[in-house]
Amino acid sequence: MADFITYSFIGLAIGCIYALIALGFAIIYKASEVINFAQGELLLVGAYVASYAMYTWRLAFPLALLVAIAVTVAIGLLFERFALRRMIGRPVFSIVMITIGLDVLLRTGVTVRLGATQFLNAATPFGSVSQVRLGGVVFNDIDITIIAATLVCCAALFLFFNRTRYGLAMRATALDQEAALAVGIDVRTVYAMAWGLAGAVAAIGGVLLAARQGSGGFDVGLGQSALLAFPAIILGGLDSIPGAVVGGVLIGLTYGYASGYELRVSWLGAGFETVAPYLVMLVVLLVRPYGLFGSRKVERV
Amino acid sequence: MLLVQDLEVSYGNAVTAIRGVSLEVPDGAVVALLGANGAGKSTMLRAITGLLGIHNARITCGSISFDGRRIDGLNAAQIVRRGISQVLEGRRLFADLTVEENLRSGALAARGSSAEQRRAYDRVLELFPLLRERRDTHAGYLSGGEQQMLAMGRGLMASPRLLLLDEPSLGLAPLMVQRIRDIIAEIHAGGTAVLLVEQSAQMALSVADTGYVLETGRVVLAQSAAELLRNELVRHFYLGLTEGEQASKVATLRQHRPQRRWA
Repeated sequence: MADFITYSFIGLAIGCIYALIALGFAIIYKASEVINFAQGELLLVGAYVASYAMYTWRLAFPLALLVAIAVTVAIGLLFERFALRRMIGRPVFSIVMITIGLDVLLRTGVTVRLGATQFLNAATPFGSVSQVRLGGVVFNDIDITIIAATLVCCAALFLFFNRTRYGLAMRATALDQEAALAVGIDVRTVYAMAWGLAGAVAAIGGVLLAARQGSGGFDVGLGQSALLAFPAIILGGLDSIPGAVVGGVLIGLTYGYASGYELRVSWLGAGFETVAPYLVMLVVLLVRPYGLFGSRKVERV
Repeated sequence: MLLVQDLEVSYGNAVTAIRGVSLEVPDGAVVALLGANGAGKSTMLRAITGLLGIHNARITCGSISFDGRRIDGLNAAQIVRRGISQVLEGRRLFADLTVEENLRSGALAARGSSAEQRRAYDRVLELFPLLRERRDTHAGYLSGGEQQMLAMGRGLMASPRLLLLDEPSLGLAPLMVQRIRDIIAEIHAGGTAVLLVEQSAQMALSVADTGYVLETGRVVLAQSAAELLRNELVRHFYLGLTEGEQASKVATLRQHRPQRRWA
């Protein structure tokens, strides 16, 4: 039982990181139907900047996190303003290709600063890895932090989308772009906000993901781990923000159980935890091809 | 107030949808724009409200001005702020948003103070009392008539001085068409000018002061509503009214029509 709770908790924490990564994808997809392949590298940049600010500039963790958020938000906004705005109305495929370009650019940028194999200490609010014991069950501080941070992010996004005029403009634009234009919503502002928000959640996700990598720190491969969130996004439905969170948590739990119980089902071989999320995704897609919360697109011919 | 001069619009550099149209909506007037499918009515409205871009169309010639200032070249949001709102064909509500949220989305571009916005909101609920009861309903669950009312209400939330309506009676039961007509008259009485695009010429001409008949991108008739109601071409082709003795006249009209079209 204690094992089960531990695995659930670890799974939940991993799932929360996936949820944060998936949120970034979902926000941009919802606004503009573009899958942002640079989201993973935005995470890397966030983690890198936070770490740099904390250990080179000697900033406190909250300040370092803020600096990281500011940088990724700025990258998102600049990219939207100078690369994507010219592409409005062009085929989505071309825009997706440009995001792949940004992905390469960001990864190369960090590699030049950091080196291809260099490990960097992750910015973390804790001096060292510490744990909380509760009735024989062990909880890592960083996992608790991740879950709390994700809850705060989700609550903030919920309030933004449902209680502010900008949130309303974004939801309206996602539903019907022409109608949004007709009521006078500035669609370019909506795109910019989507990229800004995606940048912000990427920095938070990146810092937490790096901090969870353990004492070895992180390297430029961090961005690739965003791809682990892909089953979460597909599972939840690409254009659904609650779906991103639920999908992330489901995939995280799957990962947690698969890696936890792996030794008991050793006939499956090692590394089953990397396959399990995709299996869950496949099964869900067989039943619900649009994901758990994705909107069904009906195309009449 | 609104003045369109020698307007030409083409889609994708290939199809010219509007070929030199001039029209005018005087201050506080109701003007009807009639015509068959594909005559260019919706394109006219798109040109006025800056929505040509997303349809891959553009103005190739002519000008549009509002209160003496050019508005062609402004983007859709700027045009709404100048005081022109459009209710798109097919209502185009935000189906997953509530009635209340749809109305608030209509005020997103409004420049006025919160007191003015409050007044606009109260006025919309006064015009459409039904929307008050259904405030928390998702717009997608409303009936066709209710959706049309909500779409018009959303358009009025920005307190426009000119409201463009694209086929407000489309797909509605006759009784509901009558109600929409009365509401247009009420909006007009409140001092808002209306440019009304309609296939139902009967309804449009009963509420309009003047009317234009569009055929394949050209204005073929521009007269007062009363004159248009008497016009035989309009009576036959747009009102479907052909009295027995006029049957032979109509035969000649039919022959005339192609010439008018290609004139």
